[in-house]
Amino acid sequence: MIPKPRTLFDKIWESHLVDVPPDGTALIYIDRHLVHEVTSPQAFEGLRLNKRRVRRPDATLAVADHNVPTTDRAGGITDEESRIQVETLAANCREHGITYLSMDDIRQGIVHIIGPEQGFTLPGTTIVCGDSHTATHGAFGALAFGIGTTEVEHVLATQTLLQRPAKNMRVTVEGALPLGVTAKDMILAIIGKIGTAGGTGHVIEYAGEAIRALTMEGRMTVCNMTVEAGARAGLIAPDEKTFDYLRGRPFAPKAGAWEQALAYWKTLPSDKGAVFARDVTLDAAEIAPMVTWGTSPEDVLPVTGRVPDPRDVADEAKRAAMIRSLEYMGLTPGTPLAEIKIERVFIGSCTNGRIEDLRAAAAVAQGRHVAPGVAAMIVPGSGLVKDQAEDEGLDKIFLAAGFEWREPGCSMCLAMNADKLEPGEHCASTSNRNFEGRQGRGGRTHLMSPAMAAAAAVAGRIADVRKLV
Amino acid sequence: MNKFTTLTGVAAPLPMINVDTDKIIPKQFLKTIKRTGLGKALFFEMRYDDQGKERPDFVLNKPAYRAAKILVAGANFGCGSSREHAPWALLDFGISCVIAEDFADIFHNNCFKNGILPIKLAKEEMAKLFDDAERGANATLTVDLDSQTIRGPDGGTIHFEIDPFLKHLLLNGLDDVGLTMQKNAKIDGYEEKQKHLQPWLAAKS
Ligand code: SF4
Repeated sequence: MIPKPRTLFDKIWESHLVDVPPDGTALIYIDRHLVHEVTSPQAFEGLRLNKRRVRRPDATLAVADHNVPTTDRAGGITDEESRIQVETLAANCREHGITYLSMDDIRQGIVHIIGPEQGFTLPGTTIVCGDSHTATHGAFGALAFGIGTTEVEHVLATQTLLQRPAKNMRVTVEGALPLGVTAKDMILAIIGKIGTAGGTGHVIEYAGEAIRALTMEGRMTVCNMTVEAGARAGLIAPDEKTFDYLRGRPFAPKAGAWEQALAYWKTLPSDKGAVFARDVTLDAAEIAPMVTWGTSPEDVLPVTGRVPDPRDVADEAKRAAMIRSLEYMGLTPGTPLAEIKIERVFIGSCTNGRIEDLRAAAAVAQGRHVAPGVAAMIVPGSGLVKDQAEDEGLDKIFLAAGFEWREPGCSMCLAMNADKLEPGEHCASTSNRNFEGRQGRGGRTHLMSPAMAAAAAVAGRIADVRKLV
Repeated sequence: MNKFTTLTGVAAPLPMINVDTDKIIPKQFLKTIKRTGLGKALFFEMRYDDQGKERPDFVLNKPAYRAAKILVAGANFGCGSSREHAPWALLDFGISCVIAEDFADIFHNNCFKNGILPIKLAKEEMAKLFDDAERGANATLTVDLDSQTIRGPDGGTIHFEIDPFLKHLLLNGLDDVGLTMQKNAKIDGYEEKQKHLQPWLAAKS
C-alpha cells in the first residue's frame, strides 16, 4: 500500500507523539523551549511550590527582552518592577541550570531573533515559548507556537505538552514581489485577505514561488505574523537557504551529526498530494506596500488606498468595530493613507528587527533626513544584529539621517520599558500589533515594512516607498 | 486549580469583536511575578479614564454588572498576546465563564488551565444571550458543565459542545503537570528513541 501523503505539519506532529490517549488529546514532546522574563516567573514559582525540577535545562534557553532598556545600560534597569522581573529570571535560570543570556551579553536580544541566530531553532523540531510570536521559528520548518504560563510550567517539568492536532491550511503566494514590496507587505496582505481569525485552529504552511524566493529573514517575518492571522503556527519547508543559514551556528548540530540531521531535514517537506483543509492563493505581483489604518492587523490596505467608510460595511459588529477604530485613530473616512501625518517611527521588533530589515531601512534613509517634528528610532533585534549593522556602517547612515540608534530589545513594540507613544501620536511601526494602547496609551500605530517606515520618517507622513527607491 | 461544575451569576454583555489580550489586561500589569491581584486591571483602558476614574458607561462599572460572573463577548475573543494574565485577571475579578462565537486558540487553552470555561456558540444563540445579558440585574444565567447547558433568565436552555478531555479536567479541577508526570516512563521512552533517531536533539549524557 502506498503511504498516505503527509504535510510538513503531519510529519512533525507524528514524530513527536509521546502518548495518544483514546480521548484524542495527545502528549507531544517539546524539543526546544525559549523563556523570557514576563511569562515565566509564575511557572518557576509553580515548580518551586510542587518541588519539581526542570527536566531538560539543556533544551531550554532564556533571555530578558520585554523589559530591558534600549538606552545606555550601564546603570542597570531603573524601573523597579522591571528590574525585579529580569533579576527573577536570572535567579530562576541559575537555580535550574538553564542558559541565560544576560543584558550585557552580546547575544542578548528578542527571544525570537536569538533562537534562530544561535541555531537553537532547527527544522523538524517542536519549539514553544510563553509568547505568541513563537510562530516566527516556523520559518525553519519547525512546529513553533506560543503557550501560556501554566503550559510553560508543564514544559519545564515534563518537556511535553498536551495538545490537539491542528488542521492544515496552505497559503500559496505565486509569482514575484514587485520592487519595494517585502515580506512584511506579503503577510499584511495575507492577513487582510483571510482576517485575524482566518487561521484559527489551523497551522498555516506557506508555499509558492514568492515564499521560496524570500530570504530566511523574510520568511521569519511572514511566519511571525501568522498569529495575527489567527493561526498558532506558520510553517515553511526547509530548503538550501535554511541549511545555509544554520550551518555553523552555536547550537546547530556539528560535524557528523550535521550530515545526519541534514538527511532527515530533507525528508520534511509536504509530500506531493498531501491534503490541506483550506487552501488560499495570492499573486505576489498584485501586492503593494501595505499600511494599517485601524486597531486590528486586518485593518490593512495598500498605501495608495483611503481610510475606509463604516457606511460601506454591512456587518453590524464589523461596522461598530470600524467606527471605534477610526475614532481611536483620529481618522476621517476617505482620507488618502498617504496623507496621514506621523510623529514617531519605530523600526525593530521580532517581526522586523533583523539585519535585512535594517539594511532596507538604511537604503531609504541614506542621503535623506528625518522630517522636522518626527522622532524616529531604530532598535536592533539582538546584540549580534546591532554589531553586524555597525560593521556595515548602517548606524552611521541612521545617525546622519537623524534616527536614534538603540540597544536591542522589544522596546516600543509593546512599550513595557520606557519607550512609548504619547496619546494621539501616530507612529509608523514595523512591529506586529496595532491594538489600542499597544505602543502606549492613546498611541496610534500604523504597521508597515521597514522601508515604508523609513520613508514615513523622511516624509513626515505615510509615504509610498516605491517613489523613493 | 478550581473545579468548574455549575455557575450561576450575572452575565455581562461585551458585544465587541476582536477583543485582544492587550485590551483584557494591558502591559503595565505584566511586570508582576505573581498570578493574583490582577482583577483591578481587567479591561483597564476601557474601565478607567486617564485620571484613573471609572468610566460609568463601561459595562462592568454599571451597578447591575459589578459582580458579573459570566462574560458574553464578541467573536475572536482573546486574540493577540499569549499572556495568561488575561484569564488570571478575569478570574480575579470573579468571571469564570466566557461565552463567544469563537476564541483565539492560546487564550482558549489558557482558560482551561485556570478553571475558566470558555463556551463557543453559533451566531443566533449568541444573539439570544446578548439579549439576555442586556437585562441588567435580571441577566442571570446558569451554566452547567456536566450537562453542557446554559439556562437563561426565562428558563430556556442552550446546549453547548466541549472537548471531553477538557471537560474532564475542568470538572475535576485536575492539574495537568501532575497528570503528565505519571507518564514519566513514556517520556523516558520517547527520549531514548530520540537518542537513536535524532541524536542531535538528545540530551548530552
Ligand atoms: S518584539 Fe514585540 S511581539 Fe516580539 S516578542 Fe517582543 S513584545 Fe512580543
